[in-house]
Amino acid sequence: MGLTWTIVTLVIALGLAWRFLGSYMAAVFEGRVHFLGWAERPVYRLLGTSPDQEQTWKRYAGALIVFSALSIALTYVIIRIQGSLPLNPQHLGAVPPALSFNTAASFVTNTNWQNYGGETTMSYFSQMGALTVQQFVTPAVGIAVAIAVVRGFSRRNSPTIGNFWVDITRCLLYVLLPIAFVAGIIFVGQGAVQTLAGPVHIRNALNGVTQTIPRGPIGFMEAIKQLGTNGGGFLNANSATPFENPTGLTNWLSIFLVLCIPFSLTYTFGKMVGSVRHGAALLAAMVIIFGIWVGGTTIAEHQQNPAVAAAGVHANVGNTVGKEVRFGDTSTALFGAASTSTSTGSADASYDSFTPMGGFFLITGMMLGEVTPGGVGSGLYTILIYAIIAVFIGGLMIGRTPEYLGKKIQAKEVKLAGLGALVMPIAVLVLTAIAVSIHAGRAGPLNAGPHGFTEILYALTSQGNNNGSAFAGLTGNTAFYNVVGGIDMLIGRFGIMVPAIALGGVLAAKNVVPESLGTFRTDNGMFVGLVIGVIVIIGGLTFFPAVSLGPIVEQLSHGKFF
Amino acid sequence: MLIHLRRSLVMCVLCLIFFGFVYALAGTGVAQLLFTHQANGSITANGSTLIGQNWAAVRCPGHPLGSCVFHGRPDDTGPYAANPKASPPVPGGDNPLVANGNAGESGGTNLGPRSKVLLANTRALVAYWHKLGVANPTPDLVTTSGSGYDPDISPADALVQVPMVAKATGVSPATLRSLIARQTHPAQLGFLGSSYIDVLQLNEALAALH
Repeated sequence: MGLTWTIVTLVIALGLAWRFLGSYMAAVFEGRVHFLGWAERPVYRLLGTSPDQEQTWKRYAGALIVFSALSIALTYVIIRIQGSLPLNPQHLGAVPPALSFNTAASFVTNTNWQNYGGETTMSYFSQMGALTVQQFVTPAVGIAVAIAVVRGFSRRNSPTIGNFWVDITRCLLYVLLPIAFVAGIIFVGQGAVQTLAGPVHIRNALNGVTQTIPRGPIGFMEAIKQLGTNGGGFLNANSATPFENPTGLTNWLSIFLVLCIPFSLTYTFGKMVGSVRHGAALLAAMVIIFGIWVGGTTIAEHQQNPAVAAAGVHANVGNTVGKEVRFGDTSTALFGAASTSTSTGSADASYDSFTPMGGFFLITGMMLGEVTPGGVGSGLYTILIYAIIAVFIGGLMIGRTPEYLGKKIQAKEVKLAGLGALVMPIAVLVLTAIAVSIHAGRAGPLNAGPHGFTEILYALTSQGNNNGSAFAGLTGNTAFYNVVGGIDMLIGRFGIMVPAIALGGVLAAKNVVPESLGTFRTDNGMFVGLVIGVIVIIGGLTFFPAVSLGPIVEQLSHGKFF
Repeated sequence: MLIHLRRSLVMCVLCLIFFGFVYALAGTGVAQLLFTHQANGSITANGSTLIGQNWAAVRCPGHPLGSCVFHGRPDDTGPYAANPKASPPVPGGDNPLVANGNAGESGGTNLGPRSKVLLANTRALVAYWHKLGVANPTPDLVTTSGSGYDPDISPADALVQVPMVAKATGVSPATLRSLIARQTHPAQLGFLGSSYIDVLQLNEALAALH
């Protein structure tokens, strides 16, 4: 019953967001929203730019790369010198170099993989000034790239694809800030902590227990953590802790925030290219795959944990290991599917303790390339890459020159799309192969047997897809995993972003071919099926062998414990 | 290139000031104004209602240790107790800076579903409950949570502890069951999350009873 209503209310809320947030975002990026103009214009003056100064795709990508590199450097420096900075009530010292590199790469790539425990590693200054800042900036960068690719389709014979600085400023001011601030108030109202007062010491006279309770500016970080599909929480146990995610309502709100922008951007896309049907077709492909993954995860987690059943404890409840009582198994499974199918990676439970099939759906949700619906911005530009491949394959099958939204898809576009689709699987599989081949990599897993392999595969899949969730038994804070993971995240972010921007630039320069009777339709059920096929076949063919050695073997090992 | 660098620098500084500090400080101001109790951690006289505590070591004269109160999830209990061999040694008691014997952070055990360690720990917890007089411990009571300090149990988890608590406190099972019913928080709006009982509040109500 609870699950049914949770899904019904989510569908209604997300449907409204798709229609209204989607068209609002189109208006924002087309420069039709001005209510914060008093804040927007001084930013352009300080930057020395204006909405009229359009950029070619090379300049757009150049600005993005330089800005991201500087952000990594700044994040690195802040957490290295946090011991000498204010807002450090626990007197925490500098974060070590390898861990700082991994963390800086992680937050600037929107991954939020955390090889540290927040409450005992990061000062309030670092949490706010280094990490929360990137939780705002990186979704804005992701959405900017998505919009740049959309402009590739909406413009004709255009040498430029927009202005990077204007796009991220508008996204920050008009989209992320207002929603995050309102959501932050709800989180705190439900019980999330928001204070700068430092930890509190307390003794309970009833049981003699003495506790030191870490606190901090958590609630408002939580809001942007979810909305920006970031996922990196203030506390180590992330959304499982009551201080980050206190109630069933905040759990629902987290799921909504995670999904609202990635889904809504398909409407923005449809609106900007002048065919909402095309946006709806991409939405349909996302929703169908996501629905199957939600169903699979929920059914899997509603089963008993094999070890608990073997210990002789039976009850009509699902897998409780690593889950919180206030959420229950189905809400937790829904959260897990939402978090891994977007590039969020927040966790309201220990994913490592999910059932073998529950873990299978989490890891494969990421392996499909984070397009169902994927991260903010990255979901849209990546599914557009898959759509181009689908158009190309469809064109080959019926023997016509492929077109998408009137733009001819030729050798250059297909090469860029192919590059964008192959970067992530190559990075993930090669790095996993290296990790299992050397001692430093094999020393990581906590669990033995196939689950140990899954921990390694999960870590590199999560970082390569900029997800950030973990099978957290893996000891990731080692020189090897810090450096390899950092590289994995950088490839997974910029290795796809740059081809995507190039694709936008190449397409924007083209003229539109008038539609004819022979044009291959790209807004109907047939095309939705083709896109789903491309996503599942690319993901499936690439990762099936690896997944079969992990969760599939584990699922089939009835009665065996490792 | 140089112009990119200059603009990046300006943007980084603006974001640091605005999204690093103005956002968090304005948020803290609003939070402290509107929801002072929640924003400071829902702290009551005996601890935070959002942070689980360890009730296993409560002395109950004439009865086994911990049998006169309701227990939460076994985070930091039994096989998951504080690890004296760790360096530095780890104190227990569901300290939020200690989870499942690991110092320094919140978190679950991360034991996989086919882990021998999980099987052995679960068996040890079943035996632990049998010794306390709980014949059929529920899954929540033999498994640890995601945070490492889950403050809640389900009504079923509380009900199986009734014979144990009744025997050690002398309070009648019927009174305890109605206490549990009164302390049960239904799922929000009837469908969000699960119904739960805050163990701290339940034990405070129990203490007020006798």
